[in-house]
Amino acid sequence: MTLAEVVLSAMFVGLIAYGLFGGADFGAGIWDLLAGGTRGGARQRDLIERSIAPVWEANHVWLIFVLVVLWTAFPTAFAAVVTTLYIPLTLAAFGMIARGAAFAFRKSISTAGMRRFLGASFALSSLGTPYFLGAVVGGVASGRVPPGIAAGDVLTSWLNPTSVLGGVLAVLVCAYLAAVFLCADARREGAEDLLRQFRARALGTAALTGAVGIVGLFVLRADAPLLFDGLTGRALPVVLLSVVAGLAALVLLWTGRYVAARAASALAVTAILLGWAVAQYPYVLVPELTIEEAAGGRTTLVALLVALGVGALVLLPSLVYLYWLFQRSVERPAAGGAARMGVTDAAAS
Amino acid sequence: MDPSVVLADAAENLVPARMQMALSLGWHIVFACFGIAFPLITVFTEWRGHRRDDAARLELAHTWARAMGVLFAAGAVSGTLLSFEMGILWPGLMARFGEVFGFPFVLEGFAFFVEAIFVGVYLFGWNRLSPRAHMLSAVPMIVSGMAGAFFVVAANAWMNNPTGFRLDEDGRVVDARPWAAMFGPSTWPQVTHMLLAAYMVTGFTIASVYAVGMLRGRRERRHYLGLVIPLAFAAVVTPVQIGVGDWIAKAVATNQPAKLAAMEGLFRTTAGAPLSVGGLYRDDELHGALELPNGLSLLIHHDPGGVVTGLDAFPPDERPPVNVVHLAFDTMVSLGFALLLVSAWFGWTWWRRRRIPQTPWFLRAVAVAGAASIVAMEAGWIVTEVGRQPWTVYGILRTAEAVSPAPGLYFGLYGVAAVYAVLTVLTVYVLRRLARSPDTRAPQEVDAPPPDRSTGEAAVR
Repeated sequence: MTLAEVVLSAMFVGLIAYGLFGGADFGAGIWDLLAGGTRGGARQRDLIERSIAPVWEANHVWLIFVLVVLWTAFPTAFAAVVTTLYIPLTLAAFGMIARGAAFAFRKSISTAGMRRFLGASFALSSLGTPYFLGAVVGGVASGRVPPGIAAGDVLTSWLNPTSVLGGVLAVLVCAYLAAVFLCADARREGAEDLLRQFRARALGTAALTGAVGIVGLFVLRADAPLLFDGLTGRALPVVLLSVVAGLAALVLLWTGRYVAARAASALAVTAILLGWAVAQYPYVLVPELTIEEAAGGRTTLVALLVALGVGALVLLPSLVYLYWLFQRSVERPAAGGAARMGVTDAAAS
Repeated sequence: MDPSVVLADAAENLVPARMQMALSLGWHIVFACFGIAFPLITVFTEWRGHRRDDAARLELAHTWARAMGVLFAAGAVSGTLLSFEMGILWPGLMARFGEVFGFPFVLEGFAFFVEAIFVGVYLFGWNRLSPRAHMLSAVPMIVSGMAGAFFVVAANAWMNNPTGFRLDEDGRVVDARPWAAMFGPSTWPQVTHMLLAAYMVTGFTIASVYAVGMLRGRRERRHYLGLVIPLAFAAVVTPVQIGVGDWIAKAVATNQPAKLAAMEGLFRTTAGAPLSVGGLYRDDELHGALELPNGLSLLIHHDPGGVVTGLDAFPPDERPPVNVVHLAFDTMVSLGFALLLVSAWFGWTWWRRRRIPQTPWFLRAVAVAGAASIVAMEAGWIVTEVGRQPWTVYGILRTAEAVSPAPGLYFGLYGVAAVYAVLTVLTVYVLRRLARSPDTRAPQEVDAPPPDRSTGEAAVR
């Protein structure tokens, strides 16, 4: 592996983490959208809110990580992608703002009308943002982004069959991941009815995703033959791994082993993303710009790797601590004086 | 594509792209200030509360922690947009120099990640961790907030004084050294100036909220402490900031003489240059300014006869817009001194009498100080950014060459303006609510109470 490939792999690890954690986060928003009326869907929405509240910011920093590593290590490729695909990227960024702001502020707001408005923007942007990001991936993977600043077509680069496929798949995968994750959360809270609902949704979206995936192969053969050749050639083992992991996840869901189902689902999604990477190797921008051509200078790459290593040492324990604290989730008895009592009471009421 | 078409698009995009960037950054920078300084002020208050077993301080710290959560969330989403815009609007900068100055953004990514995690821990762990563990978990939040500011400002300082690379004959970057780029001559003065500004903005703004409350007759201890603690932070920092301002002005005089000349509206390179306040710059001359003879030479060189470079030393197409830079600079400096007066008034009374000045005029002054500190900070940022024009990378890359030629890019400005208008209204609304009822929840907390229909609607009207 060359230095540039190592850095790109590290970036891709960030992309996978965003796909899994950020994806589940978007998916939870999609289920929020489909939860039904204000009263009927309230318990589902509460579960969704409890599941993502403490971690949603951390989940989305992965994307920033991907962007900054790209622009430092592969500046020309980064500039080519974001200028040609600036429309879906801007829309995705607006979606992230609407979503983040709505989610952040909705619980601080008590008037019913405002809450409904914010709830709607949260849910709708949860649907739109993964679609646009998937469309961006479709544009890159089908070779519609040539090297050079704004050198590609700013419309057809994301309004094309492969981008539509990418967008739809992204939405479905997010919804699927979220449903599986929420199963385990519902089980932990002992909410049997919610568990049944999310299990049915997980199985349903899995079936739908599989069907779209199969149709997608025909779309790719017609629209992106290079990608199709890669996926059915060099990347075939990875694609098959994804299928096997996906099927295993279904069995695990069916038999009620939700934590294992989470792992299998995560593996299936990871393998899809890896399949894309393997299929278009060694190009960053198919079929013109290779990883080595796009990479920045050696000193920069080394500095990046050092930073990524040290950063990971700081970050991983912090993340583990956050998730551990959150999963433990027991409130201390209020022992610290009247103020603590007051606050706890207010929260409980 | 025909190159003339591309250039036409780029020319059409330039002004909207600059406006969009200015709007996004100008919005984000306020929230970034709170991300930098609010954690320390909050944890300090919590620590004092535990030390004295003081319910009022603990309650105050909890309210602030929640406000911090809201502001951090707003800062996070606006920061995400910025990282897109760096590439979408300024590909000429990123494609050519990403490998040189992109590195601090990677480090900032880590710092921000750590801060996001520990803001979550701090809010979520409020009644779940022991006081000691809780305050210790706040340390990474404080440190990473300041580190993040260092990295972002270091990248900006690089644009002012690009170092850490060479250009070959074709103008391509060779031999990029990102560590050297991160520690250029402008980095430390700019970073220090920004960190102190963050403490001033945060301190004065929080204090101003409570000053308004006291003017409306709220006199309980919690309110009093809410004014005194953040004001103390701001008052300590303000005199230091004036000194740092002198340092950064000298750095600008050495490294970016055109920017300094614009800050002072100085056309002719002069020995014994005066310090000019106010006035309008027209036809290579500053009209109607108040002049302190030899003041500028004295400030920059510590010598009344020192020679200060004027705008005439630069070709007309390499001069920044003078009026914007000059008036923004004057605004920043005069507000800085006004804030120094408020700080001194507070410090003196506290030192002699252990209380705040009793007159309502003091509360009024503090109430205005919040907005004044934000305006001063924004004005200072305008000086840095507009003063660097027409360059994106000083002396090397023009802003007009950095902008994206993508067709239709200028529509983004309308979108961003609309999004930020809504976001501003929401943030203000939530913070006001938080000020009235402190148990309003922050985004990182869980167990949201159900909507309170009986009081909510009524309280809003």
